Amino acid sequence: MKIALPIILVAVTAGLILLALTGAGNARGTVGIAGGSAVYGLTSKSTTPQQALNNLLVEVQRRHWDRAYDMLSKTSASDKQAFIQDWVGSNGSLRSFSSLEGFDPRPLHITDDQADMRVRLHWTTPVGPIEDVRDIHLVREGDVWKAVWPKFEIATVPAEVIPVTYLRWDLVSGGADDQWGSKNVDAPHVRIISMNAVDTAEGAVVMGEVVNEDTIPAFVNVNATLVDGAGNAIDDETSFDKIDHVLLPKQVTPYRIDFPTVNLKKVKNVRMDVKAALVPASADPVIGVMDQKLETDAQGKMVLHGALLNQSGQTVNIPHVIASFYDNSGKVVWVSDGYVDRALLPQSSEPFAVEIPKSLSATVHNFHVVVNQYSLGRS
Amino acid sequence: MSRLRLSCAMLCLLGVSAAQDIRVPNSPVVGEEASISVSGSGKATFYLFGPGTAHKADVNLGEEIDLQPNDLRRAGEYFAVICSGECHSASFYVAAAKPASLTFLVHPSRVPVAQGNAVSGVAIPFDQFRNLVLAPETINFQLTSGNASLLSRPVRTRDGIAWFRTASGKSAGAVQVVASLNDLSTRRALQQVASDPCNLRITGQRTAKGILVQTDPVHDCAGNPVPDGTIVTFTATAGSEKSTVDAPIKQDVARAQIIASGPAVISAASGVVMGNELRVGAR
Repeated sequence: MKIALPIILVAVTAGLILLALTGAGNARGTVGIAGGSAVYGLTSKSTTPQQALNNLLVEVQRRHWDRAYDMLSKTSASDKQAFIQDWVGSNGSLRSFSSLEGFDPRPLHITDDQADMRVRLHWTTPVGPIEDVRDIHLVREGDVWKAVWPKFEIATVPAEVIPVTYLRWDLVSGGADDQWGSKNVDAPHVRIISMNAVDTAEGAVVMGEVVNEDTIPAFVNVNATLVDGAGNAIDDETSFDKIDHVLLPKQVTPYRIDFPTVNLKKVKNVRMDVKAALVPASADPVIGVMDQKLETDAQGKMVLHGALLNQSGQTVNIPHVIASFYDNSGKVVWVSDGYVDRALLPQSSEPFAVEIPKSLSATVHNFHVVVNQYSLGRS
Repeated sequence: MSRLRLSCAMLCLLGVSAAQDIRVPNSPVVGEEASISVSGSGKATFYLFGPGTAHKADVNLGEEIDLQPNDLRRAGEYFAVICSGECHSASFYVAAAKPASLTFLVHPSRVPVAQGNAVSGVAIPFDQFRNLVLAPETINFQLTSGNASLLSRPVRTRDGIAWFRTASGKSAGAVQVVASLNDLSTRRALQQVASDPCNLRITGQRTAKGILVQTDPVHDCAGNPVPDGTIVTFTATAGSEKSTVDAPIKQDVARAQIIASGPAVISAASGVVMGNELRVGAR
């Protein structure tokens, strides 16, 4: 008995180690869990399309670029540098601050030597979790499957001089010893021009639009307080990043305020409060929103597609798209937003897509898109 | 003030001996000397309570008690208490001196042109010790834009405050606002800015890159140019596709390059103001 117990423990431990080394490689990737081998150099053989894609994405997660690139088919159109840049981003884009947290692949179509897989990629980013869907083609080469990586164009811009002649507003504040009332500058005048509250599966949502009616830029934030029948506040939230905070004169922005745990049936009243402050700002860069179109994507979701065109001479590192959707009476029925994970280089464009709930697909009649932008090294 | 009364009452209740007659100054003014006389003879303790002031001294009854300018620096009600065996008190009011400064608030600092009752100003006179001057004074308010006078109005202060409210002028630019009282004057400036754009009109033409669309010079309904940096949103609709550009006005005109090869309908808006529609044919 004295000898049997240690032997059993050693055998169980060895079994578990073996299971860990071999079993994880065959596991299906799920959100937040990296698949693949737990030990470097022990990746299981890609004998199925699922396994090939799984192995590839595990190496990408680990940023083992040599090993990941070796898993691509020779027929891939992308070179190694472009393949890496496809995953790690460049120019201070959102992708360059993100990491692949997990993936969720599923087969679309598989034959003996060809396969199409759809993978849902889960990224962790500074602006919260972001999902990305990619369709990947795989081929069988001998007894292993390999992904055919499409050509990824590394964004470049020709050398040129772009004169910037747009306005900039600076803020000069008075000293502490100024006489009372001698240097007061009023806060910008902004106004909520529409508000709508709806119930969704995720909770109550308050949305609408705000306009800067002033002749100076404004830093804007919208707060909403839900009030019950007895006049008590149920919840209080702000628009956070679902608004274009810096509004130039006469500019309009959508806003959306989420109340994740509140049902609108309990709400008797909504108290709105818009706060505006003076802020230095620049009218540059100008970003055009081109080719906006409502479409149903491959997953059956209704999305607003388009392309952002940077008409200025400055790189926009993280573009953020906010869209308001109207019904046929002009009422805002939804506000949606999305970050573009690639930087917007001068005079170049990047595609974007924002989703609309299926329940609103028949209601949406028109839309308006604004672009919020974050540029490194600029206020 | 109620604290002062309470303190005085407590002191008086403690007193137990012969009465004195207190004569307080008639209409004293802050910063000036004054005196209090008390009848009787012998030694007594003198207390003076006032706004921000508490003073104690040993005095001889029957002699004048001199109050120095520093003893009466704050306007308001004062209490004089004499205790010699028993306590007696009397109160007197110290008025503010003549105005020495004029605090002037003008609101707003920016105002769109031709807005009714959009500009207001409040002037408050203070004496050299920063006491609010409650005595009625006449303050002249003047608004001038360049050489043109927009307003000139004398207003009597009431409870130490004079105010005006008026419409903004019709021309954009700086407006000088002056409040004057005798030889005192305080100057403020406010900016009259253009109102919402009026008759927003756009023109456009095809270029190699797409459609170059621009506004006519953008003015408000009074003819003032809308400030540079104001956003004009251009929207091009081509079939089911739409393109938008938020372009800032520069030198009275907003321009945008829109990429569209087919026929497009282009419109413009600035804030809540809509412009005309423009139809541009295919390339």
